[in-house]
Amino acid sequence: MKIPPGLRRPVLRARRDTGFLAAGVLPHLGLVPVWSWGATTSVQGGNRPLGLAASAAVILLGVPVLTAVQRARHRVLLGVFLPRPAPAPERRWPGAAVARWLRAPRTWRQLGYHLLLGPVLAVSELLVLMALPVGLAGATCSAWAWGLPVEVRQEWFDYTTQLPGYTLGGLLLLCALPWVAGAAARGESRAAMALLGPSPAQQLRERVDELDQSRTDLIEAVDAERRRIERDLHDGTQQRLVSLAVNLGLAMATQPDLSPGAREALAAAHLEAKQAIEELNDLVRGLHPAVLEDRGLDAALSGLAARTPLPVRLRVDLAERAAPAVESVAYFVVSEALTNVTKHARATRAEVTVRRVGKVLRVNITDDGLGGADARAGTGLGGLAKRVGSLDGTLQVSSPVGGPTTVTAELPCER
Amino acid sequence: MRAVIAEDSVLLRVGLVKVLEMGGFEVATEVGDGEALLAAVAEHRPELALVDVRMPPGFTDEGVRAAVEIRRRWPGTAVVLLSQYVEERYAAELLSTNAGGVGYLLKQRVADVAEFVAAVRRVAEGGTALDPQVVSQLLLRRDLDPLERLTPRERDVLGVMAEGRSNAGIAQALTVGESAVAKHINNIFAKLDLPTADADHRRVLAVLRFLAASGT
Repeated sequence: MKIPPGLRRPVLRARRDTGFLAAGVLPHLGLVPVWSWGATTSVQGGNRPLGLAASAAVILLGVPVLTAVQRARHRVLLGVFLPRPAPAPERRWPGAAVARWLRAPRTWRQLGYHLLLGPVLAVSELLVLMALPVGLAGATCSAWAWGLPVEVRQEWFDYTTQLPGYTLGGLLLLCALPWVAGAAARGESRAAMALLGPSPAQQLRERVDELDQSRTDLIEAVDAERRRIERDLHDGTQQRLVSLAVNLGLAMATQPDLSPGAREALAAAHLEAKQAIEELNDLVRGLHPAVLEDRGLDAALSGLAARTPLPVRLRVDLAERAAPAVESVAYFVVSEALTNVTKHARATRAEVTVRRVGKVLRVNITDDGLGGADARAGTGLGGLAKRVGSLDGTLQVSSPVGGPTTVTAELPCER
Repeated sequence: MRAVIAEDSVLLRVGLVKVLEMGGFEVATEVGDGEALLAAVAEHRPELALVDVRMPPGFTDEGVRAAVEIRRRWPGTAVVLLSQYVEERYAAELLSTNAGGVGYLLKQRVADVAEFVAAVRRVAEGGTALDPQVVSQLLLRRDLDPLERLTPRERDVLGVMAEGRSNAGIAQALTVGESAVAKHINNIFAKLDLPTADADHRRVLAVLRFLAASGT
């Protein structure tokens, strides 16, 4: 049958919704046997303990199975994903898993859905579904009523003048069907979402855990990437540049009878090669110094301080090494802060202290410069705060005009 | 004099061989990692080992560990460490074995062939060669207070002196007269309460002892 374009969407949606509702009738009646058992046992007496045991067994098996059925029904017929609870930790003894399952509030919400709400939903689904044959019959009665034997027709419709009224009612019912079915399907999926999935608080907790984990993974990935780039540059370009400079140096040392022009060009190339090495070294060193990995923060920072063109007093007081990510960020903080001191502060000296205070690694950089540093004014301080924040750390910058500037980063070492 | 080279970059190894041969060394063998270096030194017993710090398998401090081992087992073999970056911590470990017969230089110093060859010879003859960057890191390691008593010029002199230069070398490096250098050195020793001594490497030892004792 060809559907006119304007009607396509409501018709398709009505078909999807009624299909979804039809598929719900049987699973929603899944726990009705428990009701009938309960009813017969209480009215007729019968074998009470056996009835109770049978009900419990049906519930124990029925809740997970019916929940899975509902999840599949929502996914396949409506495209709605009911959030799955987080996987429970592995238990060796199955009894522990069952006990855990019985204790979970989620289990009881699911039981409520299947045992109490299920039959109600089944009835409402049947009512909605019946609207289709009733509506069709009503809408077309003006046509088929004339084919009925007179007695039957008079018995059903009293007066043929009522036929247009029935037709109108049937048409209205058919028109309303898409909206009614849609509303019923939406209401059902909302109820299922609330009762079959994890609670909103649980979902939030799981989401936070997930985000926390993915952030940790991301930080580690970035760190690993920096390490990889450092290694690649060290093994490749840096060796090549050194080799170039060495060969130029050898050429200058072993070719005494060159023309002055050639000698001059050679000397310039030699100088530039050495400058290129220096520049690349500075860049690569900022990525991830190898010494940070094998000797720790203290050893890495002394190299950093020594390269700073003003006197730096360095005090590192750490009994044990921090996690690689923490060391890496601490190194970055000192590196950026000292770069800022050199570039902007017009300081004559700086002081760097790194200490473990309880569960926190405190990094402090002070200079005697002009002050007035602003974390928002495009200095490296903004990026610094982000990097520190990625570890749930805090960055404080105190820089009154006239100085001194103090940058303090606190990085949690334990989570 | 015989030398062995440990450097994992084949490209640079070729250059190092040329430079050492130009400096009058006979290169016995070249290897690419720390284990092979120890084996080569055991076999050839060279006067000098020229060693890269970062080598396989870990690419961190293999050269430093091999150097310390060489100085411990074969005191007759001098070691010059080469590295893209110099680290005060590696220098301290290397110097803890014995300050004579060790050197620690940036790789890029090899490019200044004549100076590099002179430094390597000094080490092979039992002297010391420390990169200026190592020296400044070592100076940083101690409390600034006693050093604050030095004038900037005296600190320059101390730095060049710690590299293992003679008075004439210091005078040349800082373009001042030799008598001025001698005066600065006397001032330094006086301010730092160090006894004066005349032999080059003993001066370095004094400086290093001073740095090590008050460092960290």
